[in-house]
Amino acid sequence: MLISLENIYKIYKRGDTAVHALDGVTLQIENREFVAIVGPSGSGKSTMMNILGCLDTPSDGTYIFEDKDISKLNDDQLAVIRNRHIGFVFQSFNLLPKLDAVENVELPLTYAGKKGSVRRERAVEMLNAVGLGNRIHHKPSELSGGQQQRVAIARALSTDPPIILADEPTGNLDTKSGREIMEILKELHLSGKTIILITHDISVANQAERNVHIQDGKIVNDVKVVG
Amino acid sequence: MDTLQTIKIALRGILDNKLRSFLTMLGIIIGVTSVIALVSIGQGATSQVTEQIQSLGSNLLTVNIMGRGANTTLSYKDAMEFAESPYISGVAPVVTGNATVKHANKNSSVQIQGTNADFLTVRNYKLSQGRFITPADVNMRQKVAILGSQIAEDLFGLVNPIGQEVKIGGQIFKVVGILESSSSMMGSNDEEIYIPITVAERLLQSRGVRVLYIQAASKDTVSQATEEISSKLSRMFKTSSDSDFQSYRILDQTEMLDTINQTTGTLTMMLGGIAAISLLVGGIGIMNIMLVSVTERTREIGIRKALGARKRDIMSQFLIESLVISGIGGIIGIIIGVLLSRGIAQLIGINAKTTYSVTAIAFGFSMLVGVFFGIYPANKASSLKPIEALRYE
Ligand SMILES: Nc1ncnc2c1ncn2[C@@H]1O[C@H](COP(=O)(O)OP(=O)(O)OP(=O)(O)O)[C@@H](O)[C@H]1O
Ligand SMILES: [Mg+2]
Repeated sequence: MLISLENIYKIYKRGDTAVHALDGVTLQIENREFVAIVGPSGSGKSTMMNILGCLDTPSDGTYIFEDKDISKLNDDQLAVIRNRHIGFVFQSFNLLPKLDAVENVELPLTYAGKKGSVRRERAVEMLNAVGLGNRIHHKPSELSGGQQQRVAIARALSTDPPIILADEPTGNLDTKSGREIMEILKELHLSGKTIILITHDISVANQAERNVHIQDGKIVNDVKVVG
Repeated sequence: MDTLQTIKIALRGILDNKLRSFLTMLGIIIGVTSVIALVSIGQGATSQVTEQIQSLGSNLLTVNIMGRGANTTLSYKDAMEFAESPYISGVAPVVTGNATVKHANKNSSVQIQGTNADFLTVRNYKLSQGRFITPADVNMRQKVAILGSQIAEDLFGLVNPIGQEVKIGGQIFKVVGILESSSSMMGSNDEEIYIPITVAERLLQSRGVRVLYIQAASKDTVSQATEEISSKLSRMFKTSSDSDFQSYRILDQTEMLDTINQTTGTLTMMLGGIAAISLLVGGIGIMNIMLVSVTERTREIGIRKALGARKRDIMSQFLIESLVISGIGGIIGIIIGVLLSRGIAQLIGINAKTTYSVTAIAFGFSMLVGVFFGIYPANKASSLKPIEALRYE
């Protein structure tokens, strides 16, 4: 078992009212799965992704990641998990605007303590893999949305993590660029990575192997996609 | 994460925001500049005064006779008895007065100093031409004169004064020597004329010595020499050395040096301290800007944390940034401070003295300010929760 959520709650308190962004979620994800988490806006998808990615902590429940109880880890240990085990792809790309493409891709390697020459070599390799070998010294502002998302994927792959967590990776892209990003994710899945994809778009979700439907913070359906 | 990379990131942050970085540095620059400039000028002035006092000879004792009752002076013969002490290597009694000096159609009123052969070495004066008073001149009451450089020029212009005659107080003197110009904060001898003391006593109609310059045999015998002079004078004027009434006063150069060094040292410290306060203000400026920077870059911090930056990575990034700002500010401040102190020193006619220690202290202090005022913002940045930082708009 790679990931196991047991009765996870995330409750935001606002005065007297409490928003149950996650309302008792139990979910298991195996190694090398390609899972899409689907649901309407406000259903709690991003909240789930943040908890899965160790960016946020649940209000209640147990999160077991690779046999480790996440709630027992300290900040630095969580940083190591984010660095080595999870690659993030965000809807809004989240590239650093002042760094060029290759420097952005190098960032996780920097925090992994890799030497400069090793970092550069690996980052260029990853940019080549996503088809941006000719754009390595472009700043994010000099790249199209699709290209920026490919830089983000190269960055997510740089430390060779087993899991890619993608929150609406095609949400800000046109159909063609979105399709290209999905092709890359599918290839990554074939190469042996676990992909967790968050989307509200059924046609995108159907490209995964498994769909987890979520509504009002609860899992309402969990189905294998029959291709 | 390696430090070099962090420094690169920090330098980048600074270059991306040139004007703001410069304004942030300005506080540090002004602080370091003023510390360096003020202390350099202070130390320059101090060492100049010290040198001048030392050039008088550190073994020099100045004895002023006030006397008691009708007995207000020392005879030349009594004065010379001091020379017999083993602790004393030279005694130069002085009789002083004003007289008119004439040559050709030029005349002026000058100070006449009657003294003996020891005077030149005791006061550490140099001749530029000719000779000084000899013991024979004193014994034989020779009418010879040694001129200060300014007087020589006023009276003789371009003509060589040696061997020429001048009239002092109506009597004819032969010029045998010219003193080297020596003006200092302690006064100048350029406008004085030196003649044998025995001649001066008659010329100025002033019997007895009121001022003696005495040279101790060495630095170490200064106190013995002082004691001996003191006991002898007390006996002569029948005063006990601990009574309030003073019939004489002995001034010791080292004592004078100590006092002056102490005063100028305090002054320098005070100036440096005031300047250091501006460094502190500069540090608050750094903290202010760093806090703004942390808020502005909350999202960047969130992204870095999502990618695996640990608390200490973020902490060192911001700390190094504030260190680089204060360090560059410190270096610029040192350069400006050195140039400024040179400029001011030239303007007021002294030598500025920038020591390595004050440079190191000023630079070290600016770095310390960088660390101290960088820690709070850096800590604030590194304590942000990844999700909150990522969500920040
Ligand atoms: N920081 C927060 N404080 C308070 N409530 C929040 C916070 N974050 C999320 N919520 C609430 O939790 C619920 C789930 O939000 P979440 O962002 O997970 O939805 P989502 O499924 O990702 O929606 P979308 O498709 O629009 O991105 C929403 O009702 C939202 O208002
Ligand atoms: Mg969302």
